[in-house]
Amino acid sequence: MAYDKFNILTSSAVPLPLENVDTDQIIPARFLKATERKGFGDNLFRDWRYNNDNSPKESFVLNNPIYSGKILVGGKNFGSGSSREHAAWAVYDYGFRCVVSSFFADIFRNNCLNVGVLPVQVSASFSEKIFSAIYDDPNTQIEVNLPDETITILSTGEHESFEINSYKKENMLNGFDDIDYLQNIKGDIESFANGLLM
Amino acid sequence: MSKTLFDKVWDSHVVRKIEGGPDVFFIDRHFIHEVTSPVAFLGLKTRGLKVMYPERTFATADHNTPTINQHLPVEDPLSANQLKALENNSKEHGISHWGLGHHKNGIVHVVGPENGITFPGATIVCGDSHTSTHGAFGAIAFGIGTSEVEMVLSTQCIMQPKPKKMRINVNGQLGKGVTPKDVALFIISQLSTSGATGYFVEYAGDVFENMSMEGRMTVCNLSIEMGARGGMIAPDETTFSYLKDKPLSPKGEDWDKAVTHWKTLKTEANASFDKEFNFDSSQIEPMITYGTNPGMGMGISKHIPTADQLEGGAATYKKSLDYMGYNENDSMLGKKIDYVFLGSCTNGRIEDFRAFASIVKGKKKANHVTAWLVPGSHEVEDKIKEEGILDIITDAGFTLRQPGCSACLAMNDDKIPAGKYAVSTSNRNFEGRQGPGSRTLLASPLVAAAAAVTGVVTDPRELI
Repeated sequence: MAYDKFNILTSSAVPLPLENVDTDQIIPARFLKATERKGFGDNLFRDWRYNNDNSPKESFVLNNPIYSGKILVGGKNFGSGSSREHAAWAVYDYGFRCVVSSFFADIFRNNCLNVGVLPVQVSASFSEKIFSAIYDDPNTQIEVNLPDETITILSTGEHESFEINSYKKENMLNGFDDIDYLQNIKGDIESFANGLLM
Repeated sequence: MSKTLFDKVWDSHVVRKIEGGPDVFFIDRHFIHEVTSPVAFLGLKTRGLKVMYPERTFATADHNTPTINQHLPVEDPLSANQLKALENNSKEHGISHWGLGHHKNGIVHVVGPENGITFPGATIVCGDSHTSTHGAFGAIAFGIGTSEVEMVLSTQCIMQPKPKKMRINVNGQLGKGVTPKDVALFIISQLSTSGATGYFVEYAGDVFENMSMEGRMTVCNLSIEMGARGGMIAPDETTFSYLKDKPLSPKGEDWDKAVTHWKTLKTEANASFDKEFNFDSSQIEPMITYGTNPGMGMGISKHIPTADQLEGGAATYKKSLDYMGYNENDSMLGKKIDYVFLGSCTNGRIEDFRAFASIVKGKKKANHVTAWLVPGSHEVEDKIKEEGILDIITDAGFTLRQPGCSACLAMNDDKIPAGKYAVSTSNRNFEGRQGPGSRTLLASPLVAAAAAVTGVVTDPRELI
């Protein structure tokens, strides 16, 4: 499924400084029953965001009007648990284009890259700097520069570089996905399969 | 350079290497279920693509199927819609489909091995993180997202960077009441829930060599809970005798040829790992979790650690204990529980029911406990009946449900109510995992059985 190209994103950010935010929190299993990729953003962080009677929990950051933006900044080990791509869809559908953490769970990171959400892994100390900058000024602007592979807190100029492999970077810059690539090498795949024992 | 088991299987499935990028990785076996596949099929339709090798994909319904009255129409319209979509998509693309009511239906990671779809040296994926289960056979098996499901359907490949390699050695004799689940929960408690992120694990040492296939599956299943993409165990005679004569295992000359190849699937003596851990079985006792991730586990006789004994954020830790309603330094023994769940791709196999029955035999279920005993497949269900286990559990006041993922992730009606405590043999104790507000204590089938008959957290060694 095609997604928006990613180049340079400058936005305020939403802080969620908890560790081990698992995919069951990002989107609980009972909201995985759709057969189309639609509307998952409504249930992003459902049980942290809403009470049982569907009223918003005011203490949760997504319900706090002073925080907004296209960047979600999470704590260490973000996205652990299930392989549900719905978690990445929910993040994208809500309006985030980038998740920042000092450490990502593997499958979630992969899923993000496949749906057009850029996972930016930063050092623990830089992650702390971002949280402080947001808490000092909720409108602080963060620049995520994919071509240069850097993330910058614009108010202070503090920055750090992040890693992304060149193949995935190219995909994100152009809004391509892996299926486009794989379709073009089907001949190779077929010869490979013909040589297999089972 | 000497190769590990993981290297051998990985390297033999690389169709193409992309410089500065992932490998194009060929998939031998692909499992699909109703929850993570519909959008992938929709993607195929939008792009006008066909399934490249339908004979390499296997569909089973499990995540949101009911575990009672399976002969009746599924009441929840959304679940029914997903089940129908799986059936229609499978039919349209010529994929084998074991839907609700089919005699081979069950949890994907239980029916795959049972039918010989899983084999040593295979690459196996499914849109489910517990696909790591199949690593018990010496396969590279891991969970993928729906975009990747679409890739496998349309090209039988995914794009994956090769993970780093970790080996975990556990040696010695397991003590009384210590099961494969305890070994896995112990390792996760030592490494933490993210300790193996970025790695693929090989489990080695005599504890795993002496384990049954069911036990090995439990261990490999839980690899993802320490962040590893998967875990694997070198195939041996235990593996071969499990697979021999399974419906889809190779037969006759093909079997001999396959076994000859499978015997080469071992880590060579000088092969190196990026990280290695050694544990001794004497460190391991029956385990239980007290928090909201599987790394928050401890020996059942221990006390809940204080925040200052742990690395990491005290705020997250405190939030977790608050959610559970527990305090630092609490003992878990004697804590009242409300529900017991025996089942899931982690512990829904015949050995798990045998273990449960060994404790509850001749006793009675505690009155206040609701117990859900859910076999992983119809084959497991049949064996429970054949072996007389059904009589034992029935006499003890338990009933047997029908196969499915059930309360492990509570997508069907099997939900633990808010605030209630469940001792569960499944794999995740995340907030709300077993139902909004539910509180999960992960443990082995023996610990679950001990809790079911006493109504409180109990050391199963007292009842053996």
